[in-house]
Parts: sequence; structure tokens; C-alpha cells
Amino acid sequence: MNRQSRFIVSVLAFGYAFLYIPLVLVIVYSFNDSRIATVWGGFSTRWYGELLRNEQILDAAFLSLRIALTSATIATIFGTMAGIALARFRRFRGRTLFSGMIVSPMVMPEVITGLSLLLLFVTLQQLTGWPAQRGFGTITIAHTTFAMAYVAIIVQSRLMSMDESLEEAAMDLGGHPLRVMFDITLPLIAPAMVAGWLLAFTLSLDDLVIASFVSGPGSNTLPMYIFSKVKLGVSPDINALATLIILLVSSGVLLSWLVARRRT
Amino acid sequence: MKDFIRIRGISKHFGDFAAVDNVDLTIEKGELFAILGGSGCGKTTLLRMLAGFETPTSGTIEIDGVDVTNQPPYERHVNMMFQSYAVFPHMSVEKNIAYGLRKERTPGKEIAKRVDEMLELVQLGNFRSRKPDQLSGGQRQRVALARALIKRPKVLLLDEPLAALDKKLRERTQFELMNIQDELGVTFVVVTHDQEEAMTLSTRIAVMDNGRFQQIGTPKEIYEFPANRFVAEFIGTINTFKGRVAAVADEGIKVYSTEAGVTLTALGKQLVEEGQEIEVAVRPEKIFISKEKPESDDDVCIEGVVDDLGYLGNRSLYRIRLESGKIVQVSSQNRRRSITRFLEWEDKVWISWRAGSAVVLLD
Repeated sequence: MNRQSRFIVSVLAFGYAFLYIPLVLVIVYSFNDSRIATVWGGFSTRWYGELLRNEQILDAAFLSLRIALTSATIATIFGTMAGIALARFRRFRGRTLFSGMIVSPMVMPEVITGLSLLLLFVTLQQLTGWPAQRGFGTITIAHTTFAMAYVAIIVQSRLMSMDESLEEAAMDLGGHPLRVMFDITLPLIAPAMVAGWLLAFTLSLDDLVIASFVSGPGSNTLPMYIFSKVKLGVSPDINALATLIILLVSSGVLLSWLVARRRT
Repeated sequence: MKDFIRIRGISKHFGDFAAVDNVDLTIEKGELFAILGGSGCGKTTLLRMLAGFETPTSGTIEIDGVDVTNQPPYERHVNMMFQSYAVFPHMSVEKNIAYGLRKERTPGKEIAKRVDEMLELVQLGNFRSRKPDQLSGGQRQRVALARALIKRPKVLLLDEPLAALDKKLRERTQFELMNIQDELGVTFVVVTHDQEEAMTLSTRIAVMDNGRFQQIGTPKEIYEFPANRFVAEFIGTINTFKGRVAAVADEGIKVYSTEAGVTLTALGKQLVEEGQEIEVAVRPEKIFISKEKPESDDDVCIEGVVDDLGYLGNRSLYRIRLESGKIVQVSSQNRRRSITRFLEWEDKVWISWRAGSAVVLLD
């Protein structure tokens, strides 16, 4: 091995170490027997058991999952529609405004988004009585609004690289525009939609700031719960929870990779 | 039936720009019609209006007696083969070809039968379950052709059908397209920028420039009797001599040209007056080249020297410099087999052509 490749390999090793050692530590310490999360006290799986008995955590995790699934799905539907509109309808009144407004949630500071949504929900409640309480519904709506932007961008870029004459050919052969959409456009942008859904799901699962603004009493998402616990000091069952989340996320990534590989 | 496709006063404006400018055209049933022009001349826009992808700003299009001007593409009995072929990448060859019939809700048995026919027509029987990314460019083109033909359209539109193929494949495909057209009797409208493609494929050609037709005619008419300078120069090469009309007689128009140094005779249907400034044009292959002055009096003879020459195998190209400095291109068949050159650089030669070979160009 010459000097240059040794350098490259060590840079690579350092980079991976920087990214993954913290995760490995979390996993290792989730099997720690000690009550203090940072001191090793022998191997044990007791925190996993503890975790399953902690109803607060389970409730928070379940709520987070429900929100992530719902908002990712809605965001994928609306985001795809917006992406198609941006990529396929070149000229319409207000196009610039529309495309600007679609990306704005991506660049808007989360605190601002959260605050403005909170104000909206409060005002709506005063005017119409809905939403009666803040929780699952309001967080889902909030997550959908910003996740949609990501889906729209992914779908749009996929459509931009797709030959438009494919859709024209289908129409030429007698497909009504709506049928063409289901026959040609959607199958071809499906990988982008799956990627967008996964991203939206992750973003929702991950979000703390916006959820904190728009949630109400008694509805804590998992990040909110973990954050509030950490303020009182890290307890080992959080490590166990983190390990489970890592497992879930990595199997999700693996799955989507396998799906993508089978398609090509 | 006459006037199968009737285009009347069609215009298409994009903002201030007129891509197609008040065009009239009739195409007969069973014709293989080519629209020829450079990029941006409006030919693709015209084709897209025939297919229904663009709505004309004004004018009407009739196909087989039905006004289709405002019909969407999926209701027209017109199918198109796209320049990119637009073969659906997520469907097999078979599914691609069957797509049009599926949308018509044709019964399954009928679909299977007609797909088989089409696969046979384009010789893709062994590739029916392949995906497009497992096909070559030429095979993909056949899929696109079969897919467009399976609905038995009244008109098949072809957008630069041969542009993406290599030279050998082009020649073969060209003749296959003609055979298929002959077999099915479908009216073909081809859009191309390649004059050779247009000449060999089509029964009639419309030469287009700036959104208008410059000339419509058979390949022979277009080549031998170009209507104007643009057509003459777009199709093949041509030598032009500026001159002044000296006399208009029955046997032709006498034109004195200082560029040529002699009086030229040209045939022209156009009306010209004595003293008018016009151009006389001669194709390079219509010019004979010889070392001695030719005998005949009817022919136009001019003396010059060989400025440049090129050997192309089947023929040789010469650039002859006249006394006025004018360069004339001459193309001559290499009929005799010889290793030595017939002419060398700076040789004195005579070029001549029959009076009937020259045409008059007004603009």
C-alpha cells in the first residue's frame, strides 16, 4: 500500500468512526447493567424490559409512529401533485409564487414555522371551535406542510429528467390524461415517491421543534419525551429505545435499497 | 380519395413568434409526405398540431373529411412515432405494442392476434418479453413503429424517424419503412431535416423555412426545379451566377452574367423582364468537364482552371475557378478505373452544360 492510499483509507476510517462510534456507544450502553448511563456495570437486557413497561415511552413512540405514517402519506400525495404541477405545467398564472411557496417550508426556520402554525391553530379554534385540542391532528398537519416540500422537490427533479414524450406517446395512443398519469407517470416516478415518503417519514419521526409548538397537553411525541427526560439526566432505558429506533431505521433503509435494486 | 389531410391557413404563435405562419397543405391518401426544413423552421410544430399536442392559433385541420382542429390527441385516428421513440421503459415490448389497443378496450384475443401481427411485421418476435433497456436503438425504433401502427391509424406521423440510427441501419430502415407503408397503405407524414432521407423516402416533399412552405413538390421537382434560392441551396449543392436578363426567347431566357463571363441560357417558368437582375443556377453533376473546348454550340461553355479537387471513390469533386474569380463546383462520375489523375491542380479546363440544365432563381 503506498502512502497516498494509506492516507485515503485513514481519512475514510476517521470519517466513519466520527459518524458511527456514537451510535455504537448507544447500542453498547443499552446493554449496560448500571443505573448510571455512562458507567459500565456489566451486560444486561433489563432496560429493554423496563422500556416495555414504561407506558409513557410506549405511548410517545406509538404517537410518533402514527404521526409519521399519516403525515408522510399525505405529504407524498400532495407533494407529488405539486411536483407534477411544477414539472409539467410550464406556464400558469402564479407559477413563480407557487414554486416559491413550495420550497419556503424547507428554508424557513423551524421555530418560525412552529410558532406561526400554533398561532393559526389557536385562531382557528377561537373562530370555529376546531381543533378542539392540539395533539395528533395538529402535529400531523404541521409535519405534512413541511415534509410536502421535500417530496415535491424530489418528484419534480425526477420528472424533469423524464422524457415528456413518454406521456405524449401514451396520449397519442388513446390514453386520457388521467389514465396516462396512472399508466405511465406514476409508475415511472414511483421510486421518487418512495424516496420522498421515506424522507417525510424520517423528518416527522425526527422533529422536535415544530411538534413542541403545536402539540397540546398529554400528547408527547417520542423526541419530545426523550428531550424532556434528558433534561433530568440520561437514563439507560433511553439507550435501549435509541437502539430500537436505530434498528428500525436501518432496516427501513435496507429495505428501500433492496426494493430499488430489484427494480433496476 | 383526394385531399385526405387538408390544412387550411394554419398558424401557431408562441408569444410574438410565429412558428408556423399561415400554411396551406393538402395530402392525399396513401402518400408518403415529407416536411423538410432546418431546425426551428416550424416543421415539428406543424407535426405536433397534426397529432393534437399543439392547438393552432388560427386555421383548421381536416383528416378524412373530419375537422380535428380542436380534437385532443387521444381522440384522433392519428398516431405518432416520436424522435426519442418514447418506448415505455417499464413495459415489455409486447405491452408497449398492445398499449393503444388496451386503451380502446379491444378484447384480449384480438389484442394478442394483432400484437403477433405487428411483432412479425417489425421482426421482433423473439424479443416480445424483453424490456426496452435490453434492446438496441434500432429495435426500440421498431417497437415504437409497431406501437404506433397497431391501431391502424389513418395517418402515421414520424418525427425524424432515422435521425438516431447509424448510417447502415438508416439505409435499411428507410427501405423497410417504405415497404411497410406500401403494405399497409397508411398515409405517412415524415418530418426531417435530412434532405437525403426526404428524397428517398417520400412521394412528395414540402420544404419549410421560417414557418412557411417554400416549395411543395415531388423530390424531382424540388431538386431539378427549385422555386427559389432557399430551396435550391437547402437541397443539395448548386452553383449560382448573378446576371441580367438580356432577352426572353422561346428557347429560353438569355442572361448575361459577368461572373460567368458569357451569356447563359436558362429555362424558367417564372416571368422575367429584360434587364431584370436574376440568378442562374446549375447543379454540380450537370456540368461536364473537359480539357478541350467542346464542339456543340447549344451548350454553355466557360473556360477556367482547377482550383481544388477531391476524390470520393465513386465520383470526384472539382472546384473550377473562372476568370472572374467565381468558383464553380463540378461533380463527375469516375466511370473509368485509373490510378492516375485525369486532372491536376491549375490545369486549364472547359466546363460546359446543356442549356436545359440551368434554372432561373428570382430571389
